[in-house]
Amino acid sequence: MTPAVLGVDIGSTASKAVVLGDGRVLAATVVPVGAGTTGPGRAIRAVLAEAGLERAAISRTVATGYGRNTLAQADRQVSELSCHARGATALWPGVRTVIDVGGQDAKVLSIDASGRLTSFVMNDKCAAGTGRFLEVIARALELDVTELAQAGASAAAPVEISSTCTVFAESEVISHLAAGSPIADIVAGIHASVASRFAGLARRVAPQPPLVMTGGVANNVEVVARLSERLGLEIAISPRSQLAGALGAALYAQEDATQPGGIGHEPVAKPAPQTNYLTGQLGPCTAGGPARKGCVT
Amino acid sequence: MTTSEEPTEVPAKIRLREIAAGAYQAAWDAKARGEKIGWCASNFPQEIPETLGVAVVYPENQAAAIAAKGGGLEACEHAEGMGYCADLCAYARINFAFADLKSSPFQDMPQPDFVLCCNNICNTMISWYENLAHELDIPMILIDVPFTTGDKAGPETITYMRTQFDEAFTQLSAITGKAFDPERFREVMAISQRTAKAWLKAAGYSRYRPSPFSGFDLFNHMAVAVCARGKIEAAEAFEALCAEFEELAAQGASGFRGEERHRILFEGIACWPHLRATYSALKDLGINVVSTVYAAAFGITYDSLDQMMEAYAHVPNSISLDRAANLRIDSGRQAGIDGAVIHTNRSCKLWSGMMPEIERRLRAALEVPTVTFDGDQADPRVFSEAQYLTRVQGLAEIMDQPTPDGKEAS
Repeated sequence: MTPAVLGVDIGSTASKAVVLGDGRVLAATVVPVGAGTTGPGRAIRAVLAEAGLERAAISRTVATGYGRNTLAQADRQVSELSCHARGATALWPGVRTVIDVGGQDAKVLSIDASGRLTSFVMNDKCAAGTGRFLEVIARALELDVTELAQAGASAAAPVEISSTCTVFAESEVISHLAAGSPIADIVAGIHASVASRFAGLARRVAPQPPLVMTGGVANNVEVVARLSERLGLEIAISPRSQLAGALGAALYAQEDATQPGGIGHEPVAKPAPQTNYLTGQLGPCTAGGPARKGCVT
Repeated sequence: MTTSEEPTEVPAKIRLREIAAGAYQAAWDAKARGEKIGWCASNFPQEIPETLGVAVVYPENQAAAIAAKGGGLEACEHAEGMGYCADLCAYARINFAFADLKSSPFQDMPQPDFVLCCNNICNTMISWYENLAHELDIPMILIDVPFTTGDKAGPETITYMRTQFDEAFTQLSAITGKAFDPERFREVMAISQRTAKAWLKAAGYSRYRPSPFSGFDLFNHMAVAVCARGKIEAAEAFEALCAEFEELAAQGASGFRGEERHRILFEGIACWPHLRATYSALKDLGINVVSTVYAAAFGITYDSLDQMMEAYAHVPNSISLDRAANLRIDSGRQAGIDGAVIHTNRSCKLWSGMMPEIERRLRAALEVPTVTFDGDQADPRVFSEAQYLTRVQGLAEIMDQPTPDGKEAS
């Protein structure tokens, strides 16, 4: 049996952890609070409990995400760019473009036929359109961010949200509310606005199919659908899209554990394993609760 | 060896630092003698004040120094409190704050009796200097350089510039009471050529592996290339710098404090308020800057007056997108870069506005990964260190990857 390894993705709004062992995913967890909170610790405790392992049983830990440098127990840090690329390639072998939208960053990753990350583009300093943006808008509408997709699905006439600034977009939403626009139409307008912004970013790398979406915003199927329409490309998502970064980190940890001297800023040499983690190891996740339970079948 | 024949024990970088500081002191001294001194745009033909023996200081250089020493925020906020928009170039905001406050604990300089403006770096300069002239009630001399949209400035542009050049001499003589001496003019041109060529030669040593210096060093040395091209000490110091680089290159050594694992182009003005953060992140990842557009920006070379006009019309911010892109591509190719980091400098709409397309062409021509980050040349509020770190780490991880045939990428 290969030793168990841990990947931790400490984002700005959520902490994710994946344990790999014996060539498969043993446990995976999402805690909806991120860097600088109890989230990373809770995610690690939860994922270890789910895997039935003690901390000492973990041979390597790789941290990624916005808070990657804050996890003292990590053996090394890898950027979320490489980790989402690695995780997505494991989930969807052959993927060529990854759109990762997290709490405050949006990234588009280009991957070559051998699974190598070759280039990426990211949003500018402004976090409009990212997970935090959707949280702010949901709050203005007295909704939970997880309810947005359903709330917008029944829109009859989506409103126009012209501002890309979170603060001004929130003001627009409030104006539409004051004018009596149905919530479904406002939410659909927000989804269209966000999709338009991501599409502009994605076009900068000339996205190639197969195209997938990772990160927390991938849980919003309406955003994914509008983005797919904008780009004219199918976009694959998974209930585990949000875990792609942590899975990638765990795969780097696994590589380190099997390659002597792999700790540190070493070349990421191997193409991603061909195991299909999407169909082979991970099952549907039931959302809800402060710490979503591990999503292992 | 093509450098100064006088042996020197003082490292060139110290000499260059002293020359930059000396320019400010010379202006203070001139002011104390009752002479008229000026504020000068960075790409104004320095041959004019140098020939007349008129002391000038450079607001852009001072603003960069204030920002690098931590005074950018206070100065920007002061200017915004005066009513200037936060979208205005931060160098201009810092300068307007200084013009109002009259002193700075970070980098002081004397108040001007006139301003020398040239818009070959950007057209904001005109409004900036017009405003100074109005607020301080002092004369402004402008050399208007039309943007070079084609391959090169045409004869009508050269004539137009040359006429203004002659008139600027007349105007500055009238303001300062200093007479034009053609012999001194020839001498200043000769020294300026010596300096510019030594500056370009020094920057060219980055083609060695490892490069004998960090590209961030050029950001500091640039002050002398900007402000003191016509001074013999500048020519000698850059020649001494060449000699030092030559020696390091021969030894396979480098002043870069780290292993040069990767070689990149750093595009844009330095992010002065966060210079340490932007440099350290690269250094820690073994990334050295071996290509910048600064070298070409201030390596103004010519053999005649018309060529001088042409050179001032061809500085990097005054040329077409095609030329600007090729400048970077050629520089990156010569230095053998593995990637590029592009500073989206929110102060500089002209420079940053071209960058998405220049980045695309750079990537296509050299097949290297590139990243952009948001920042500002002097306003510290725009930069996010965490976002920068993620981008450069991601770039390093891509450059670290073996090529598909299993070879190290760089």
